[in-house]
Amino acid sequence: MTTKLNLDPAVVAQARELAALAGKPVVQLARTHTTTSVERAVLRLAGLHGADSDGMPWVNRLADAVRDQTGLEHGVALPVWDAMLAGGYPDLRTLAVDASAGLVKFRLPEGQEADQARAAADRSVKTGIARIDAQRAERDRMLATTSNPPMPWIYLIVATGDIYEDIPQAQAAAREGADIIAVIRSTGQSLLDYVPEGATREGYAGTYATQENFRLMRAALDDTSAELGRYVRLTNYASGLCMPEIATLAGLERLDMMLNDCMYGIIFRDINPVRTFIDQRFSRQVHARAGIIINTGEDNYLTTADAVDAAHTVVVSQLLNEYFGREAGLADSQLGLGHAFEINPELPDSFLLELAHAQLIRELFPDAPLKYMPPTKHMTGNIFDGYLLDAFFNLAGCMTGQSILLIGMMTEGIHTPFLSDRDLALENVRYVRRAAGRLGGSFRPEPDGLVARRARQVLAESVDLLRRIGSQGLLTAIAAGTFGVTRRPADGGRGLDGVVRRAEGYYNPASQILEAAQ
Amino acid sequence: MSRTGIVRPYGDTTSDGRVQLSFTLPVPFGDEAERRLAEGAALQLAAKMGLDPAMVVHAKGMGPDFTFFIVYGRACHVVDLSAVAVAEREFPLLASAEVNLRIRSALGRKLVVVGACIGTDAHTVGIDAILNVKGHAGEKGLEYYREIRVVNMGAQVGVADLVARAAAEHADAVLVSQVVTQRDAHLSNAREMAAAFTDALGPARPLLVVGGPRFDPSAARDLGVDKIFGRGTTPREVASYLLHALVRSRGGPGGSSPPASTPRGGPGGSSPPASTAEEAA
Repeated sequence: MTTKLNLDPAVVAQARELAALAGKPVVQLARTHTTTSVERAVLRLAGLHGADSDGMPWVNRLADAVRDQTGLEHGVALPVWDAMLAGGYPDLRTLAVDASAGLVKFRLPEGQEADQARAAADRSVKTGIARIDAQRAERDRMLATTSNPPMPWIYLIVATGDIYEDIPQAQAAAREGADIIAVIRSTGQSLLDYVPEGATREGYAGTYATQENFRLMRAALDDTSAELGRYVRLTNYASGLCMPEIATLAGLERLDMMLNDCMYGIIFRDINPVRTFIDQRFSRQVHARAGIIINTGEDNYLTTADAVDAAHTVVVSQLLNEYFGREAGLADSQLGLGHAFEINPELPDSFLLELAHAQLIRELFPDAPLKYMPPTKHMTGNIFDGYLLDAFFNLAGCMTGQSILLIGMMTEGIHTPFLSDRDLALENVRYVRRAAGRLGGSFRPEPDGLVARRARQVLAESVDLLRRIGSQGLLTAIAAGTFGVTRRPADGGRGLDGVVRRAEGYYNPASQILEAAQ
Repeated sequence: MSRTGIVRPYGDTTSDGRVQLSFTLPVPFGDEAERRLAEGAALQLAAKMGLDPAMVVHAKGMGPDFTFFIVYGRACHVVDLSAVAVAEREFPLLASAEVNLRIRSALGRKLVVVGACIGTDAHTVGIDAILNVKGHAGEKGLEYYREIRVVNMGAQVGVADLVARAAAEHADAVLVSQVVTQRDAHLSNAREMAAAFTDALGPARPLLVVGGPRFDPSAARDLGVDKIFGRGTTPREVASYLLHALVRSRGGPGGSSPPASTPRGGPGGSSPPASTAEEAA
């Protein structure tokens, strides 16, 4: 791709090196630790699903029982499959039922018994990996038999709380032109340390992410994709305390994109930073395998910080997300790095600044399916202003070659979108695409004009910030409130009690398979 | 312009009564017969809403089952300005320097504010707009006030944790924001919080202030809190209120501002003024 901003390749390379320097100690932390949710994801890959009469998933019951008896520092697999073999259990569920009743004595097998347990665990987990592989192949088949829509993909949200209401809304949105449907999760699911089970009909400002809800929605969108001759992608959220499990369920049920940011949970949900980085690495390994595009959450920084002052924190976070994503095996084509159109419209030249930021990111990450988020912070309730601002957002997206456009609603912040809000929003983006879809080809910012200078300035500020992070460490920088103006110390936040340092001989069949493939 | 008496909406001529509205009806907009029926349905609704005459200027089918309309019409209703219910601000709006000065002279120490989003609500945008230095609507947040010490506990804070922290910090005021309102979670959360503070600290509890876009600003007493702020509240309004409520009730430069008095008309206008700051002492 030809550069329009005259970015200095040496500065770009330096930014990447500094990001890697900042990220490396965190990856090392993830390599040497595990979490309760990573271990439960292993059990899910091996086919354990369902919940007890209290709605607590069997994966939680079984992992908790193992943790109580042997700890998790060797991984859940060795004690679980040893108990399966020793007790002659027909399946994991029967074992989990007995274990939660206190009827199973777990131990750490040694020698030949350990070999046998490892072999059995590996066989079981491979059935889950095979299903993820089959779902990826099925996506490719569907894309071939329907069609892959051209970018920018139009991304729309549904969020009724009831999966059976979400389905017709999602299908209607797809028929009206949406290429991607995101089912917003019930508020607070991030902080549940288990994944709810089954089809759900009640949620708070969203619908619970469950395996069954994933399956139902994907099946409905498969029907609609066939009807439209266009593959409609499905998105959900792999964040929060169950990030590895949700990622696994997404792979098993063929979701196509997943929100999966390296720092979002830390900053906006006060989840422990260490827990987040460990969970994130495993979840990204699963996403890599499943051919899922991740979406990162840099847009969120601009909802708490000023979009001009904090523009460089977006770039820094994107570089970190890229580093962590590649390290976990994601291809650049799976890195849906996020950013947003959030500059105060009262500011002179605000649209030029937006173009500078969007073009900078386009050029820094030429092969990434960038996800561009519409204005939310400066949507005032004047829906006419809001509609205009959304049109400028759509224009900036078209001019700078953004890949995924989340469609802005003029009633943002007023209510959950009306049917008509969504329809008008789609009319807006369709008009801009039709009228100016090819404007990017003719958009050449002056070499030393405001746009190019601003882009280079943001890049320079990003390098400065990365350098500061490098000398103090990423965890320290997060604790100091570098991102999103929120301070998050490494020993604070939720979920730290689920972090376990790996012992010598730690065994995780899923990680072995996923890492071997890289 | 008339400030009393009767007014009507203004389109392009005095008292022409012209208004616009848009809505969706669950009727199809397919063939000619369906379109006539749909537009007729829209006009019937407009007439029942008091628009006469009304004109459908835009109708568009959305999928097979819905039609979107834009309607202009002449409202047959009038507005009686003498009967308008207004919730007036019961405290003076002060500049930040004035707030700092008054806190120093009246309290002789920093005013302590603990803020949080409670329940499952993860939307800190409201509380952050009030507390963060960054502020909101061109006004710096409470962290910017030299004489206010801010403890922002962030999102999804448990009520028990909030009470404990407020007690430990000797909070003068607790600010809670609630955005999520499904099944009236914002109301039950606010009630639960108020009850917990009263149980734990009795009359010595801090001033309790809640805010969020869906609260009814006149329902403070019903929720057991001292003040409710609605949509569009700025940090300066909150700071001015805190000063008004706390300094007055703590025997500061007393009597400088009269007690709240907000005569209310309007339907069901029996609810008392929002401020019950006297309880906070």
